[in-house]
Amino acid sequence: MSQKLLLSANEAIARAAWRAGCSVAAAYPGTPSTEIMENIGKYKGEINCEWSVNEKVAMEVVIGASLAGVRALTAMKHVGLNVAMDPLMTFTNIGAIGGLVIVTADDPSMHSSQNEQDNRALAKFARCLLLEPSDSQEAYDMTLAAFELSEKYQVPAILRITTRTAHTSTLVDPGEGTRTVPPAIPYVKNPARNIPIPAFARGMRYKVEERTKALRALSEESPFNRAEPGTGDLGIVASGVAYQYVREVFPEVPVFKVGLSYPPPLDAIRAFAAPLKRLVVVEECDPVLADQIRAAGIPVLETATELHMMELNPTRLAALRAELLGTPAPAAAEPEAGIPPRPPVLCAGCSHRGPFYVLGKLKATVTGDIGCYTLGLSPPLSAMDTTVCMGAAIGNAIGMKKANLPNPRLAAVMGDSTFFHSGMTGLLDAVYNKTPITLLVLDNRITAMTGHQPNPGSGRTILGIDSPAVRIADIAKAFGVPRIHEVDPYDLATLENTLKECLESGETSLVVVRGPCVLNEKIGGQRISVVDAEKCRACGACFRLGCPAIVRGETAPDGKRTKSAIDPQACIGCTLCNQVCPFGAITTKNLR
Amino acid sequence: MTTTPPSPCSITLVGVGGQGTILTSDLLALAAMHAGFDVKKSEIHGMSQRGGSVVSQVRYGERVRSPIIPEGATDVLVAFERNEALRFAHLLKPGGLLLVNDTERIPVTVSSGAQPPAERLSERLAAYPGLHLVPADRIAAEVGNVRTANVVLVGALSKLLDAIPDDAWQSALRQRVPAKFLDVNLSAFSAGRAAL
Repeated sequence: MSQKLLLSANEAIARAAWRAGCSVAAAYPGTPSTEIMENIGKYKGEINCEWSVNEKVAMEVVIGASLAGVRALTAMKHVGLNVAMDPLMTFTNIGAIGGLVIVTADDPSMHSSQNEQDNRALAKFARCLLLEPSDSQEAYDMTLAAFELSEKYQVPAILRITTRTAHTSTLVDPGEGTRTVPPAIPYVKNPARNIPIPAFARGMRYKVEERTKALRALSEESPFNRAEPGTGDLGIVASGVAYQYVREVFPEVPVFKVGLSYPPPLDAIRAFAAPLKRLVVVEECDPVLADQIRAAGIPVLETATELHMMELNPTRLAALRAELLGTPAPAAAEPEAGIPPRPPVLCAGCSHRGPFYVLGKLKATVTGDIGCYTLGLSPPLSAMDTTVCMGAAIGNAIGMKKANLPNPRLAAVMGDSTFFHSGMTGLLDAVYNKTPITLLVLDNRITAMTGHQPNPGSGRTILGIDSPAVRIADIAKAFGVPRIHEVDPYDLATLENTLKECLESGETSLVVVRGPCVLNEKIGGQRISVVDAEKCRACGACFRLGCPAIVRGETAPDGKRTKSAIDPQACIGCTLCNQVCPFGAITTKNLR
Repeated sequence: MTTTPPSPCSITLVGVGGQGTILTSDLLALAAMHAGFDVKKSEIHGMSQRGGSVVSQVRYGERVRSPIIPEGATDVLVAFERNEALRFAHLLKPGGLLLVNDTERIPVTVSSGAQPPAERLSERLAAYPGLHLVPADRIAAEVGNVRTANVVLVGALSKLLDAIPDDAWQSALRQRVPAKFLDVNLSAFSAGRAAL
């Protein structure tokens, strides 16, 4: 008998990919998808995997592998699929050869994202097979099935997980047997199949419609789609983790569980709905299934309870139950008042703090980007004006400059991984069009926010091999950026002088701020900063750094203000506070 | 505390990023699995890791459907810190238990002066009849490693969950804790168990 395992859906997908004989995997990190590739990396002897520079490249890599006849998987967060849509929208017409599985990890409620988007709509848009697991066992089973079906129907298969399934561990029976790699499908040069010039592309377009028709028939028969009997005249169609909430809150109600959700099993749902008076669809987030069911002429009730924004949960479904069945929802207790919030902050000693402090001091307008450094928006630093998507900082700054933004001090800020992901093209655009913006790359040589994955600046890969640590200043030099500086993030005076010079130069400028991630390189324990309470005048200058190690100390003689103190457990001795103290009250103490 | 299936036993664990809440929820979920229960363990990573409040949820029983615990249905709230205990206390069901590490981590919003501290923290916590305060940081230091405070809490929690037998906890610890730290963690577990 096989042993049950406690796995998150991310871990289950990685294990199923290994079991299914997946040979190539490529991904770019993004919460909540990151652990899929981190776990695939454990099979690096068997699965040839990579952290790609962005999701578009990752998608192109797995497409190449599929065309070469082997099974391949890519995984990304929901917004990552936006980046990868260009290759996908054409490859879906060309069609998979080796099984191709695309995992999209959506983030309802935006636990760690800039938007809430339902990528099931993109699966329908791209006419891909779509599977929606509701727990880790299904994530495992559906990944196995996705490889088979992708190969059989020559269709890219999309597995849509959400933050809740991705990061919930449930019991998984991995079944008997071990990794089985199907023989590679022999590669045949076939331009009519693989090159979508218009003459060939039109034929592909017709073939896709045939394929979708075949997938509709498959969906009607799929074991992932099933009616579960119950009592009463209300029935619920549910998909993904929402199915689990429905089963908990509506235990007696007939439920149609949709697991293979594009194309949806409309005939089976029609048969399920026939004896019922009311049909409700519970899905996270957009009414993707509900709209298709309605379009098929099956009436779906519009509920007064809001279900299409933010993550669902049993408490919200209890409100739905109250609306539909009159069962009173349990009264919720009021949270205790006056508990101070505890938001995420830049770590003590973070190499991003100095640049934001200086940008704030220079009153620069700052177009920002996606990463830990987005926390530069928080008070007291408050040094970020905009954030849109990966790499947008540069294009946004170019646009503001062209629009003659009154503030001449305009800076774009992004991290090293974001620069490699989609900042390079923006910088080239600025150089080419001679747009005088200043770009700061906060280079900590790692993709930090998602948990320290290596990138082209790190000097190593997920396979554990050394690779050239690409220097961002060298790229800029090759681009012809007229002004390039590399600066220490802990030298505030040089940072300020350099930035001032660049912001006022009238030229495209790059400032690479090079300092390690203190979490990743476990910096600390060597030295700390200490406050001399005799010299501290409680002016509050050091508090404007927003460092979590700087705390309130003794009360000042005026009885109102408090002097500063430093938490020796949190401080790593970065010396920024020493530099901003106007009274020389903060000094460094060596611990060893 | 005994929970009769099929209603799952629901544990909410709250703390501050970096306090080791994840190891605690892993040990609880593995112990429930070794005890033969269905189990779901849910946690949200990401921005919350950077020193913010962190929440994990573990449910076990004959069959567990929703990984999210309904509001007001938490049987035991395990808090690694007193502010966090009070922040999430409203999630408890009536008569639910509150297991709190008797320590305080001042939020940056307070240490920087942007927000006043919570008033009468101890008094308000004491108003909860199901409160168990455990000096887990101190016990961990006595055991010989301050970083085992989370396992001290696991030991104390094991006393409250008598549906999970001792050998299931031992198996979880052996499975999850690296061999070179196993002895100190087994001691921390026993000390936590003795503290209640």
